[in-house]
Formats: sequence, structure tokens, C-alpha cells
Amino acid sequence: MSLTAPSTRPDRPSLRRRLVRLAERATTPLLPADYLDLFDPLRPGADLRGRIVEVHPETADAATIVIRPGADWAGHVPGQYVRIGVDVDGIRQWRAYSLTHGPRPDGFISITVKAVPGGLVSTHLVRESRPGTLVHLEQAQGEFVLPTDGGKFLFVTAGSGVTPVIGMLRNLYPVADGGVVRLARAAAYDIVVLHVAPSEPDSIFIDNLRALDAAGLIRLVARYDDEHGVLDVADLETLVPDLHERSTLACGPGGLLDALQDHHDARGLDLLTEQFRVTTLVVGEGGTVDFTGSSSGAGTTVDADGATPILDAAEAAGVLMPSGCRMGICFGCVLPLKEGAVRDLRTGAVTTATPGETEGSGVPIQTCISAAAGACVIDH
Amino acid sequence: MTVLQKKAHNPIGHLTPEDIEQLGVELDAIRQSVIDTRGADDAAYIRKVIDAQRKLELGSRAILLISMFPPAWVVGTAGLAVAKIIENMEIGHNVMHGQWDWMRDPKIHSTTWEWDNASPSEQWKHSHNELHHTYTNVIGKDNDLGYGIMRVDEDQRWVPFYTAQPLWNFVNACFFEYGIAAYDLELGKNLATKERRNDPEFRARAKVTLKKIRNQMTKDYVIHPLVSGPSFLNTLAANATANLIRNLWTHSVIMCGHFPEGVETFERKSIVGETRGEWYLRQMLGSANISGSKAMHFMTGNLSFQIEHHLFPDLPSNRYQQIAPQVQALFEKYGLTYTTGSLPRQVASAWKKVIRLSLPNNFGRKARAKVLPMLPVPTRRTVDDAAAA
Ligand SMILES: Cc1cc2nc3c(=O)[nH]c(=O)nc-3n(C[C@H](O)[C@H](O)[C@H](O)COP(=O)(O)OP(=O)(O)OC[C@H]3O[C@@H](n4cnc5c(N)ncnc54)[C@H](O)[C@@H]3O)c2cc1C
Ligand code: FES
Repeated sequence: MSLTAPSTRPDRPSLRRRLVRLAERATTPLLPADYLDLFDPLRPGADLRGRIVEVHPETADAATIVIRPGADWAGHVPGQYVRIGVDVDGIRQWRAYSLTHGPRPDGFISITVKAVPGGLVSTHLVRESRPGTLVHLEQAQGEFVLPTDGGKFLFVTAGSGVTPVIGMLRNLYPVADGGVVRLARAAAYDIVVLHVAPSEPDSIFIDNLRALDAAGLIRLVARYDDEHGVLDVADLETLVPDLHERSTLACGPGGLLDALQDHHDARGLDLLTEQFRVTTLVVGEGGTVDFTGSSSGAGTTVDADGATPILDAAEAAGVLMPSGCRMGICFGCVLPLKEGAVRDLRTGAVTTATPGETEGSGVPIQTCISAAAGACVIDH
Repeated sequence: MTVLQKKAHNPIGHLTPEDIEQLGVELDAIRQSVIDTRGADDAAYIRKVIDAQRKLELGSRAILLISMFPPAWVVGTAGLAVAKIIENMEIGHNVMHGQWDWMRDPKIHSTTWEWDNASPSEQWKHSHNELHHTYTNVIGKDNDLGYGIMRVDEDQRWVPFYTAQPLWNFVNACFFEYGIAAYDLELGKNLATKERRNDPEFRARAKVTLKKIRNQMTKDYVIHPLVSGPSFLNTLAANATANLIRNLWTHSVIMCGHFPEGVETFERKSIVGETRGEWYLRQMLGSANISGSKAMHFMTGNLSFQIEHHLFPDLPSNRYQQIAPQVQALFEKYGLTYTTGSLPRQVASAWKKVIRLSLPNNFGRKARAKVLPMLPVPTRRTVDDAAAA
């Protein structure tokens, strides 16, 4: 038997591809999407967006925002967060918020936001956002998730740090009209929640936690600063006697997480943390930042002081910058530093790039937490 | 007009350097007041305009699918012409100025915007935003003064080519978008010598422009007519007409910005070491407004507030009208002339100048009194000036 290569016709683009090309020719210099967006911004193939369907208050200064995500939303694992772009005073701002539900039957997603004093986006979302508003989304991400095979866990949540945890708990123990549903897969989990808040009325989701506790599904240990005093991690073993058998997942302010880390390290215990906020430790000296390369911002020189992230300084100067969480965790803002020095605003660590010595493509830096520490050249 | 520095009566002779700096401070304050209040309403405005413009374009093109029916042709063509004008003027020109960059919306940003015009936005931004807006009305620096094909100032040297400039101007008006593309490519200069013609940088830019033109033409003169089926020729004619109307309109508006009588021009050396106050002053004297209805302002992309636009090219266009009274008050306070007039008047004035200057300065007239030696821009007195004063 002889093998002959199947006769190949010259590749003809598919009908669909040809139609798309025709549409592109008909709409140039715009794209067909620019017109479709006018009518259906949530359609498949569109940039990922969402529409707010509901805003309901949780406490005096926190609200849950339910969003219908665009058709291309790929789903999430409870505990993950979503980066959301909101227009505040007409300016697009991106922030990260934990998803406070498991995957929902209605396909919606929800976040719960606590308005931080002076906080631009959180205040806007809690007080100003209205159903019907279009927001911009990225796919869910984050490693702060429960292992799928069960186990014994301690959740430590402080303030709005309860949000990713409530997402996980709701996924394990959904509430239906008749009360909490006991799922088979939940049987493998033994969970204690240590919830810390300034005071009881400030506690987001405390009712949900109490209901789960009352149903015997979790054990809730609530500590209020005004009632019990500020939590001392040394008391953990008293509050949670079987601490040593548990893996800890903690979400809250940096100070608490640092203390927990030291405490757990000393005892050889597992700890997974999620932090919402970075602290500014060191002030750099500032300098000029030159953008080179092929982007639209190339050729711009920005004066940045030592306390301002290069991202903010560049945006203020009109350069369109990639960004995400704006707090050093997502790496959505990374650009190569070709030359110069930047200082990490969190740790004070200085990163330098010397042409000829460092890699040709430059040293990737996170512009959102790096301030200029002298004149810099950034490829963008 | 004659460059301001050579005029018998210097319109800014009464201003001291301190006056000019104070003027700058007051203009900065106006600018800041807009920046401080820029917000959600402004963002909603531009989004609404973009939304409406796109729907108008879609609707007009849909109607043109049956353009063999005369009413459909008329309505579709009118709609498309209006849509194209809005796209070029109130949206494209202003977005590319960075007027909306502060919104940080990558879809409405000077660095990403491409407009429905033959000239690629990159090249337009260079020749318009960087050159024209920086060197406004400086003879020899601002190529917008006559676009390199016309003489629009007494101080531009006359050559016989200019005799036919009313014709050039009319042809340029009809094909304005291509005129702009050629101008942004500095075609006159770059085709002049073999060396320039072969310059790889020029060739690369020319390639980009040709590709843009090809895409634009394919859209308007092939794809949409083809989609119209039996209305092929009617749609083709409709699109050509819409482009022609857009070209004539934008050309007229733009002529009104800097060519009418009353607008000053400046000597090249007068801008050396120019302060911010002096730059502002040059913009004030080098631009002219158009007075008229709200609809007219909108259709000019608020370039009818050319003075305000030249003072603050990156402020949102919807705010020019609002600050115009404050700006006009400053003109009065500092004894300057706020040049403005109705559209027909300003267009006529600009055309009159194009026709007059097609001939040498003193053609058919008695030689004018000898022009006085340069009068000073007050900050840079020369020995001559001191003697004259
Ligand atoms: C992975 C991740 C998940 C997050 N999940 C949630 C969530 O589920 N719910 C939620 O409410 N927030 C969450 N955040 C925090 C959120 O992204 C914003 O940082 C927060 O809403 C403040 O933004 P803002 O624009 O209001 O404040 P900004 O205007 O950016 O800051 C204003 C002031 O508030 C301070 N500040 C900033 N962030 C915080 C903070 N987290 N707590 C206290 N003070 C702060 C700043 O230092 C500054 O002084 C999460 C952050 C990350 C990185
Ligand atoms: S934007 Fe997230 S790392 Fe900077």
C-alpha cells in the first residue's frame, strides 16, 4: 500500500473569519466591537465587564455589590478575588475585592466592600454605586483558597478580611429557604472561625457566621476590641485549643498577619495569608522617569517624587499604564526598568538596572509600589 | 497682517513684563478651576457624544443600504456627513489632544484613538499637537500658516506660485483630509530631494499613511457600496458626498481659527526664551473665535472657541464655552482684542486674505508708508527699540 499525501487545497479562511474581516473593513478605523459594545457590552468576545444588579448594605459602612459578569467570565474558586475597574468622579480606578460567594446558580458574582475612611473606591462603591452601572472586570485570581480534600482549619478574619472566608463558607454550607444545606462534600471539613473586629456592630457577616455556628457547622470565636481588648496572638491556644491540628488561613491587616506568621513559624504550623493593604515604610528620593519603547507613552518624561509610586506619577502625567491591584500583589503593573534605581515603598529595598550589566530586556519592576530613587528609564 | 513685531501700532506695547506674567497667573487659575471640577459629568458627556455619534453613523449607513431611493439617499448622506464631522471634530480632534486622558479609559485615550480621516492619528498628533500648538502663528515654524501651499501673511515671501492660491485653497478644502495627510507627512519638503524621498523614516511613515488611506477608501467606496447591492453607485456617491461635506466644513472651521483679519503672527526669534505668560499671550492674539449657536459650536468640535482651545488645548472641549466669558474678561482687562465673528463673516475674512495675499504685498496699491522698525515685545528690548521708544 502506498501512502499519498492527501491533496491539500490552499487554506481558505473559514466563512466566519471572512465575515469578521468584512466587518472590520466596514468599520475601520474602529472595530466591529466598538459598535457592538453600544448595544451589548456583556456579550461573548467583549472586553470583560459586568453590570451591577444589586447593592445592599451589610453594616453602616459596608455593602455587598452583586454583579452580572460578562459572558466570558470564567468562574472562580471561593476565596479568590476579582480586580474591578470603577469610574470614580469620571476616572477609572482599579481595585481588588474578594468574591463573597461560591459560584451562584444565577451566574452573578458578589463582592463586599468596606468603606475605608478617605478611601476613594471603597467609599464610592458603598455609598454611590447604583444598579445598572457598568464596571470593568478581570478574571478571578488568587491562591487564598481551601484545599478541596477537606481537613481541619482555623480561619482568622479581621475586619473586612472576613470577605474571602465568607465566600468559602457559603460555598461549603449554602443557605436555602429551609436553612443551611448539609452537603456531602462539606462533611470532610472541620472549621473554626476566629473573627476579630473593632466592635460587634462593625462586623460584616456576623449573622451568617452565627447561623453556621448555631447549626453546628463551624465553631465561631468572636473577639471584639471594645469588649475583649485587642487580640493577642499568644492567646490563640486558649481560644482554639486544638490549634496544632489545624491549618490556618488568615486575612486581615498586616500587623495581625505578621504576628500570626511569627507565632505559627515558632510552632511549625501551616499558615496561608491574604493581605488587603500594604504599608508604606520608606520614602525614596525621587527622580525623573523616562519612558522608552513602543507604547503610546514612549517618549514621555515624568517627574516622580520619592513617596509616589511610579504608576501614580506616570498616570498623573497622562501615560497609559498597565495596572491591577495597585498594591503590589498582582503584578499587573510590571514593566522593565532599563536603567536607574527604584525603591520598594513597602520594604525600602532598592532595585537597580545598569545598562550592559543587567539583562538586556531590563529588570521587571512593579510600578505601583516602586518609587523613583534617582533617574530611571522604563521600557513601555 | 504683518508679524506683530513689525506693526506700526504694537497691540501689546502697553503691557509690561509684569502684566504679562500676571496674565499668565490669571489664566493658570482659570485652567485650575476646570481641572478641579472635572468629573463624572464631563465623562458622561463625552461618552454620550461617542455613543450618539456611532449610532448616527450606523443608522445613516443602514439607511444608505437602500440609497437608490432618493429620500433615503438624502437622509443617509446628511446623517453620515454629520456623523463624520462630529467624529473628526468634537471627538477625534479633542480626544487626540488628550482632553479625555484624565479618565484613564483606554478606549477614549489620546494614545489609542484612531480617527475617520486619511491622516493616521500618530502623525496628526505630531504635526498638530506638538508643532502647531507649540509654535502657533510663528512664521517659519508653524506650518499651519498656509499649510505650505498658501501665503496667508504679508511676511511670507511672495512667489508666483501663490497667484493661484485661491484655487489651491478650494481644492484643498474639497480634499481636506488628504491635504492634512500630505501635510502631516510634510510631503512638499520630503519629496523635494532624492535623499529625503529615500529616507527610511519618511518611507515608513508614508507607508502607514497609504495603508490608512487604502482602508478608508475601501470602507467608503468599496465595502459599503457593495453591501448596498443594487444601490452600489448611489451609496458610493453618498459616501463621497458625505466626505466632501465633512472636508468643506472642517476646512472652513479651521480657516476661521487663525486666518481671519485681526489675528496676529509672530517672528521666529520673538519666541526664543518665551515665558509661560508670553506663550499664553501669543495664543490669545494668534487665534480667532466663531460666534454662533450651541449647535454650531458643537459641530465645530468647540473649535469655535479657538482662543480658549489654544490657551488650554488639553481641557475638555465641553468646558470651553463655560470659561469663555472669563477669558474674554481678561482680554478686556489687559486691553487686548478678542477676535471673534459669525461663521460667514470669519470664513469670508479668511478667504479675502487668501485672495489678497495671492498677489505681492503692494500690488496695485501705492507703496505703503515705510514700515516702522520692529516694535518691541516688551520683554526683549533691543537697542533699536529703545531708540524708537
Ligand atoms: C487581594 C485583595 C482582596 C481585597 N478584598 C477586599 C474585600 O473583599 N473587601 C474590601 O473592602 N476590600 C478589599 N480589598 C482592599 C481593596 O482593594 C481596597 O484597597 C480598599 O477598598 C481601599 O481602596 P480605596 O480606593 O477606598 O482606598 P484608597 O483611596 O486607595 O486609600 C485611601 C486610604 O485608605 C487606606 N487604605 C487602603 N486600603 C485599605 C484597607 N484595605 N484597609 C484600610 N485602609 C486602607 C490607604 O492607606 C489610604 O490612606 C482587597 C485587597 C486585595 C489586595
Ligand atoms: S498593580 Fe499589582 S503589582 Fe502593581
